[in-house]
Amino acid sequence: MVKVEFLGPIGKDSVELDIKSLKELSIYMYNDKELKNWAENSAVAVNDSIVTSADFELKDGDRVSILPPVCGG
Amino acid sequence: MELYNTPLNVQEITARWYKESATLNCGAFITFIGTIREENGIEALSFDIYEPILKSWFEKWQKRAEQKGAIVKMAHSIGDVPIGASSYISAVVSPKRRAALELIDEFVEDFKANAPIWKYDVIDGKRIYAKDRSTPMSGAGILGKGIK
Repeated sequence: MVKVEFLGPIGKDSVELDIKSLKELSIYMYNDKELKNWAENSAVAVNDSIVTSADFELKDGDRVSILPPVCGG
Repeated sequence: MELYNTPLNVQEITARWYKESATLNCGAFITFIGTIREENGIEALSFDIYEPILKSWFEKWQKRAEQKGAIVKMAHSIGDVPIGASSYISAVVSPKRRAALELIDEFVEDFKANAPIWKYDVIDGKRIYAKDRSTPMSGAGILGKGIK
């Protein structure tokens, strides 16, 4: 299982998903009315490292973070 | 890097950093202090931070500064910060003026674009995500492309 956490304003509880890749996560988010809008403009981190390609295999126990648009300061 | 669950104590933080910088034989110390201003009827701004990635973002900047013989520093608030108070301070300490002036610009701009911090307007005690002022981080959108 992969734990997916939705950070900042997304305001959703984290979920445990049986997925093997970020592509599968993309499909999961597109099938959710609220998450769909965040998929397009969010960055993705796996185990706290930013990932820059959706061709990314996930392992059992990985932790994925969804990071929506930012504005510090 | 310093995070506080309160508005920043600008005098204490900048005085301490300045004191430190004075022992480093550096000719330049530049601070950027972000102050909450009145806009759109807000009473405060509020911030969420994802610390693990903020930490690695900051470490990357420490290394980049080190290559120029400089040091970067930052402090940020978590939660509500009222109008007139400060939520963000960054600083560069460097032997030479030019390197410090360039670094503070790049450091503050990249902070705006890529530090994992989310801003909310506080109006009538409610937090409203500052969506229009927010920017996707670099690398954002891979899940959007992934499905096509």
